[in-house]
Amino acid sequence: MSSGEKYVAAAYGVVFVMLLVYVVIIAAKLTRLERETAELAELARKRSSGG
Amino acid sequence: MVAAVAAALVGLAIVLAFFVAPEDADQGISQRIFYFHVPIALTAYACFGWGAWKALLLLWKREERYDLESYVAIHQGTIFGALTLATGSIWAKASWGKWWVWDSNQLVLFLVLFLFYSAYFMLRFSIDEGPRRANVSAVYALFGVALIPVSFFAIRLAEDFIHPTTFTREGPQMTGTMFFTFCVAWLAITVLAYALYRVELLGKRLDANLRELREALT
Repeated sequence: MSSGEKYVAAAYGVVFVMLLVYVVIIAAKLTRLERETAELAELARKRSSGG
Repeated sequence: MVAAVAAALVGLAIVLAFFVAPEDADQGISQRIFYFHVPIALTAYACFGWGAWKALLLLWKREERYDLESYVAIHQGTIFGALTLATGSIWAKASWGKWWVWDSNQLVLFLVLFLFYSAYFMLRFSIDEGPRRANVSAVYALFGVALIPVSFFAIRLAEDFIHPTTFTREGPQMTGTMFFTFCVAWLAITVLAYALYRVELLGKRLDANLRELREALT
C-alpha cells in the first residue's frame, strides 16, 4: 500500500469510525428509552389494577 | 426510509469516488479524500446555519420545540465539523506534508467556527433547564452564524493560495465525472446528516416525554 493510499484509507476510516460510534451511542440511548417505557407501562398497569 | 436512502447514496458515492472518477493528475489518489471532505464541510456549515435559523425562530415565535431543534442541529454541525478537521488534516499531510498549516486563513477560520460552536455546549449545560437556557443558547447560536460566511469565503479572500480553490467564477475546476461524483457525495452526506438529525431529535423528544410521564406517575 502506497503512502497516498494509506492516507485515503485513514480519511475514509475516520468518517466510518465516527459514524459507527454515533450509531452505537444512539442505539444505546434507544435501548435505555425502551427499558424506561416498559418500566412506565408496568407502573401504569399496577396503578390501574390497584385502584 | 431516509436512513436507507442515505446508506444507498453513501454506498453509491464511495463506488463513484473509487471506481468511476478518474485519478487526479496532480495529487494522485489522495485527491479522492476531496469527495467526502468538501461535502462534510459544507454539511457542517449547513447544520450550523440550520441551528441558527431554529434559534431565530425560537426568539421570534417563542415555541419551545425550536430550542431542541437548534441544539440538535448544532450538535450535528459539531460532529461534521470534527470530521472536516480530521479528514482535512489527513489530506493536508498527504498533499502538503503537514497535518496543519496556521498560515491558511480558511483552516484557521474553520477551526474558530468549530471551537465557537463547541463552546455552545459548555454555555448551554452551565445553565439550568428552562426558558433562560433556551434564550441564552439561541442568542449564542445566532452570533455564530456570522462566522459561517467569513469562514466560507475566506478561501477566496485569502491570498495565501495554500488551500486549493476548486470552485471559481469559471465553474468547477474538474472533469465532468469528478463533478458528478462530488455532487452525489454531497447529496449523500446531506441526506445522511438529515437522517441523523431526525433520529437524534426523535430520541431527545422521547426522552423528554418519558421524563414528564415518569414525574406524573411517581
